[in-house]
Amino acid sequence: MARAAVLGRLNWLVGTVAAVRDETPTARTLVLDVPGWPGHAAGQHVDVRLTAPDGYSAQRSYSIASAADGNRLELTVQRLADGEVSPYLAQTLEVGYPLELRGPIGGWFVWDPADPADPAPVLLVAGGSGIVPLMAMIRARAAAASKVPFRLVYSVRSPDTVIYSGELLAREQASEPDGVSVTYVYTRTAPPRSDVPPGRISPAALAVDGWLPRQAPAVFACGPTGYVEAVAGILTRAGHDPGVIKTERFGPTGG
Amino acid sequence: MDYLDGNALGGALGELFAVDVTAAVGQCASCGTTGAIGQARVYSNAPGMIARCPACSEVLIRLVRNEDRAWLDLRGISCLQLALPADR
Repeated sequence: MARAAVLGRLNWLVGTVAAVRDETPTARTLVLDVPGWPGHAAGQHVDVRLTAPDGYSAQRSYSIASAADGNRLELTVQRLADGEVSPYLAQTLEVGYPLELRGPIGGWFVWDPADPADPAPVLLVAGGSGIVPLMAMIRARAAAASKVPFRLVYSVRSPDTVIYSGELLAREQASEPDGVSVTYVYTRTAPPRSDVPPGRISPAALAVDGWLPRQAPAVFACGPTGYVEAVAGILTRAGHDPGVIKTERFGPTGG
Repeated sequence: MDYLDGNALGGALGELFAVDVTAAVGQCASCGTTGAIGQARVYSNAPGMIARCPACSEVLIRLVRNEDRAWLDLRGISCLQLALPADR
């Protein structure tokens, strides 16, 4: 599937919004039906294009949140206050509206449960809405009934900004080996009775038995540029091979 | 300055090439480092997109796109290694 999906030039497709789901006060999932969708691998993204009646158009990239499922895919969009595209996607767009997109894009930042060359344990490190492509990996793992050990370290400002909180809780509580272990790092406000004060991600948060350098995990880190830079630095200094740390930063073209 | 990963070039290059170039392994023409194009540093707050070598920061790729044309400068890459399906 992943290989088939990366062959052939990209063309614009028109999807239809089948459902919307609010994930947090500022993040919304769009469920899209896209006729002609070739399927995708976990970690890939799409380009979305909005065009105004006067012909002006704006384009942004969004990670796919869902595991492959025929013509259906889900995007989760974080609304940025000064954004040009995200407010439309996260507020205005309704069920039945068309949306122009192209994809799937990217064969580097992907995890394929069927790839025999990649049986390593997987360490996922998310900053804010950087969880989206990593959630696709968690969902693809479940869809494939893979037993590869997954660990998610998820940095959020505060408990109310956790995207997919209900689903992550259910997956945490699922019995091994189906479960996924999750650690939250709260950067501004920790939940009541938390024994860790809020703060930036630390080497301790990323040193988890089962995913240590000697256990050679595959690492996927996604988040804002500065966050991913900090995470890659911590992991490299801890002894992880820089070649196995795959990163996806989102920066100035967001919104 | 903020930058993105080579992954961010996927859409624009996918419009030009039939294979995914972000998963291809490229060699920097300046310092000889090899790595996936997805690992390059991409600066997009310019009229085009610029990908730089993560090791020496020299320019690998320059891509400018307007409504009906693209300009692609690959002189910063001395070799690109692309995975292809074995049955072709």
